[in-house]
Amino acid sequence: MALTKNDLLRAYRLMRTIREFEERVHVEFAAGEIEGFVHLYAGEEACAVGVMLHLTKADRIASTHRGHGHCIAKGVDVPAMMAEIYGRATGSCRGKGGSMHIADLDAGMMGANGIVGGGPPLICGAALAAKVQGTRDVGVAFIGDGASNQGTTFESMNLATVWNLPAIFVAENNGYAEATAADYAIGAGSLADRAEGFGMPAATVDGHDFFAVHEAAGEAIRRAREGDGPSFIECQVNRYYGHYEGDAQTYRPPGEAEAARANHDCLDMFAGRVTASAGIEREELDDIDRAVAALIDGAVSSAKADPAPAASEYLTDVYIDY
Amino acid sequence: MARTITLLQAINEALDQEMARDSSVIVMGEDVVGGSGAEGEMDAWGGPLGVTKGLYGKYGDRMLDTPITESAFIGAAVGAAASGLRPVAELMFSDFVGVCFDQIYNQAAKFRYMFGGRAETPVVVRTMYGAGLRAAAQHSQSPYSIFTHVPGLKCVMPVTPYDAKGLLIQAIRDNDPVIFFEHKGLYETEGEVPEQSYSIPFGEANVVREGNDVSIISLGLMVHRSLEAAETLAGEGIQCEVVDLRTTSPLDEDTVLESAENTGRVVVVDEAPPRCSIATDISALIAQHAFDALEAPISLVTAPHTPVPFAGVLEDQYMPDAARIAAAVRSVAGYAP
Repeated sequence: MALTKNDLLRAYRLMRTIREFEERVHVEFAAGEIEGFVHLYAGEEACAVGVMLHLTKADRIASTHRGHGHCIAKGVDVPAMMAEIYGRATGSCRGKGGSMHIADLDAGMMGANGIVGGGPPLICGAALAAKVQGTRDVGVAFIGDGASNQGTTFESMNLATVWNLPAIFVAENNGYAEATAADYAIGAGSLADRAEGFGMPAATVDGHDFFAVHEAAGEAIRRAREGDGPSFIECQVNRYYGHYEGDAQTYRPPGEAEAARANHDCLDMFAGRVTASAGIEREELDDIDRAVAALIDGAVSSAKADPAPAASEYLTDVYIDY
Repeated sequence: MARTITLLQAINEALDQEMARDSSVIVMGEDVVGGSGAEGEMDAWGGPLGVTKGLYGKYGDRMLDTPITESAFIGAAVGAAASGLRPVAELMFSDFVGVCFDQIYNQAAKFRYMFGGRAETPVVVRTMYGAGLRAAAQHSQSPYSIFTHVPGLKCVMPVTPYDAKGLLIQAIRDNDPVIFFEHKGLYETEGEVPEQSYSIPFGEANVVREGNDVSIISLGLMVHRSLEAAETLAGEGIQCEVVDLRTTSPLDEDTVLESAENTGRVVVVDEAPPRCSIATDISALIAQHAFDALEAPISLVTAPHTPVPFAGVLEDQYMPDAARIAAAVRSVAGYAP
């Protein structure tokens, strides 16, 4: 898929929205404004956006603990997401899900997931539904390097091959499953080798490079839409914050995240490339930055002001009919 | 028009009629067709006991053999349900839930609540349970209390062919996740079943025998054994009221409590081990809400707190039988403080 100027500006806007969203959640969490657990996606934006630029609303994704970026890229309403993280009645899940469970099935977002490896089986189901219904829709399971070792992931990759499903498995390998290094935990040469063992084509790309992700995802999604079955993409990437907010990250070498941010940041790389060769002016990106900052400011202000769910809501929505 | 068929045939007919009525209904599981990819016949098995036999010929690609991969295909059924289909997944033996429980209790059961009411997951998991076939510890359990414990799931255990058909049709049309328990000792049970389609609402227990002396609250295969005991006891002048719960979630508390209040004497019969069980749950319900009506302590007839043994002499003792049920009823009937 050739990228138009509008596509590039949209990609930048989405990546910037994710970054700004996560930076603000980081600040607000540290200030004690947000309860519970949050897992930030800052640094990994190119993975979500590189994939999602190929998807329509009808395509489905399943996400991870670190799901804010996938939600934003898939089109979940940003103020509603922020409100959800604040536990408000106006949130995506009306305050019942929180950061780890943001979902919007109407937007094709089947949920962040608190269970590592929870998503791949669900995406086999979404892909099966597309196949049975005869649409050209696809399902994309985002997993981390942690979930890459879960049995559900292996089983789902096998099932996707056996049923020739329009499913894509995108592994965001940020080097650490919680506090354990991917190099320690993955008992194989590479994730791509593993995927090939399940009978599907696999690519390994620099997850900071929007264009690399976009190209690999384009090929995988094209195959899926044409009935050629599942694919696997490993995005090698760096997370700028800890596993969760509050993680002291003493398992990482000092300066690792800072170096990635300074030298290999997806937004900087993207901006450098499109201003050099795509006819986009820095001012256009600056305008987006300002608009995104205002969007996130507004989302935080409204989330803080929004009402908590009615206390009686704790008993509703367990069943449709009981 | 009603005719006599087996419970197995009733389940097959329910699937057949719902698949004919609604193209979003699909069936998946290990060997639900049988023969996929092999050089011999397709529909070689139609499920390990032939419950789904013949459906492949009518519905083709909507009948899906799966690899032996319960986490993936139960999860796929859940994901497909959240994506517009009405999958019926067969978990061959309910004992196998250990390898796929996450997709049931953390995913399917919680979507609606966790997503603020903005999800529907109309999936049915059909699964065999129960002892008596010398199938030993990993193919004989009755783990319905584990599922009943989980908010968001509905749990159904038909006893008659009539109920099996009507409850399965309800399960498929239901918009919440349903676990449908089929006792392997009941498949050959015969009974009258209408040819036409019908559904039975969940949460309505069935008073299968009326009586004023002792209530026997039971479920699954144990309902038959309770009826057998009640017949014997009637000859002794003890009239039992036998209640078949039919669904443990939702639970028809009213019928249970009305029966307890009517007789004042209660025996609960459950094939599962006793701790944190349906038996203790029913007992607690009655103790809390019908305490004043009780004329004797509630008696529980259950399996022991052990795995299911293999050898016949052991398994026969493991399962409550009519003699044990009758003994418990006599004790309760004769109780005087």
